[in-house]
Amino acid sequence: MELFYHLGRYYLMLKLVFKRPEKWSIYFSQIVKEIDSIGISSIGIVAILSVFMGAVICIQTAFGVDGAAWMPLYAVGFTARESIILEFSPTIISLILAGKVGSHISSELGTMRVTEQIDALEIMGVNSAGYLIFPKIIAAIFIFPFLIIMSMALGLFGGWFIGVSTGAVTSYEYIYGIQYDFHPFNVAYALIKTVFFAFIIISVSAYCGYYTKGGALEVGKSSTKAVVYSSIAVLLVNLLLTQLILG
Amino acid sequence: MIEVSRISKSFTNKPVLKDISIIFEKGKANLIIGQSGSGKTVLMKCMVGLHEVDEGKIMYDERLFSDKTSAETGSNGINRQSIRRDIGMMFQGGALFDSKTVEENVIFPLSMFTNMSEEEKLDRANVCLNRVNLENANDLYPAELSGGMQKRVAIARAISMKPKYLFCDEPNSGLDPKTAIVIDNLIHEITHEFDITTIINTHDMNSLMEIGDKIVFIHKGEKWWEGTNKAILSSDNEELNEFIFAAKYLKALKK
Repeated sequence: MELFYHLGRYYLMLKLVFKRPEKWSIYFSQIVKEIDSIGISSIGIVAILSVFMGAVICIQTAFGVDGAAWMPLYAVGFTARESIILEFSPTIISLILAGKVGSHISSELGTMRVTEQIDALEIMGVNSAGYLIFPKIIAAIFIFPFLIIMSMALGLFGGWFIGVSTGAVTSYEYIYGIQYDFHPFNVAYALIKTVFFAFIIISVSAYCGYYTKGGALEVGKSSTKAVVYSSIAVLLVNLLLTQLILG
Repeated sequence: MIEVSRISKSFTNKPVLKDISIIFEKGKANLIIGQSGSGKTVLMKCMVGLHEVDEGKIMYDERLFSDKTSAETGSNGINRQSIRRDIGMMFQGGALFDSKTVEENVIFPLSMFTNMSEEEKLDRANVCLNRVNLENANDLYPAELSGGMQKRVAIARAISMKPKYLFCDEPNSGLDPKTAIVIDNLIHEITHEFDITTIINTHDMNSLMEIGDKIVFIHKGEKWWEGTNKAILSSDNEELNEFIFAAKYLKALKK
């Protein structure tokens, strides 16, 4: 029963979020700020994770290929590419962003709620849900795909670097593998997923923060809920979209 | 003038406000007093629309803000947004936007609801900040301000849109007596200077005697007493006297 209550309230919140803004210029400047806060500040963590995960995928695949004589060495590059583009970059990086960005948004809005800053906006006549959440959603939908494309490139680079430097695969074989039987649609599929994930992560986290009641303890709980619920929602939507697009 | 007619409010079947009717007068500092948990803050939140009343009607100078007097009236004729533009509110904790500087906090409502140029907005912000005696604090963040300064910024933000109605929720809480008097006097001066209907929620006795043009005593969710700061001293209302003269030496003084 409680699930339906939250689903209903989430829907009502989204209705407020997508209400016509009081002033577009203010919302636009908020979107620019949020692109910096949500996207640019996440470049570091996304880059580090992507390089290391790409490297690990390469080593693991090279280990498997080494034991199977019937497999060509370029399979290392091929497997790394498929893993990174289809699943690692769009899904795993989105889950990492659910942790970083989701908890940040939830605690920011939760603190604003318990310190009556949201009430202050409402009394001024500002649509607080629209002003606070709409720019975050638009910013994430805009910047997440760039982060994922960067992650794909860095993941493949990480694989190449570790493969070549350890002698597990030659540069030629790895690059041949990356180019072998490449379907550009796979990148489109990854980016479609990313846009959905961006919307889910921001809206679910914002929901958890926006309706926080109580004090500092509840802000912490909301933050944890935001990460858990948005991660579960990302995994469910990932399954659904994969079946719809590739199934 | 703000007219509250027969409003009631319950939370999970527990009545918090019971059939309250009050007229808050224009150009006066109207004080709502009462013990903690008596329903003062709920009353104020109902008046600004943060809580919906279960029953009753709220009018701002003949403009309907909330009407639950009968099922037929519904929400016809209610235009809250336009009334809200005329309301300024100072919250107990200030409720300043953490991520904005003092200047940005004061400018925010002007940016949102007016078409003033950047220069005009800055001028208005400086006028408001000067009015609350806060010069040279424009670039500071709320976290860098003392409690008294935060309250003054909150007042500056509340008056930036030239409101007709000013709500102050416990403006003196957490302040030393001297700073509390400064804030009280500031609110009182602003009320008379701009002819605002000011509603102050407090249990500070200094405020009561210094600036209480009109005082409403709320007890157990009901309006128990209403009068001026002069009348309060001679009142024979038992609950009011117990609240006002809670300290032994004050009781002796009253006798």
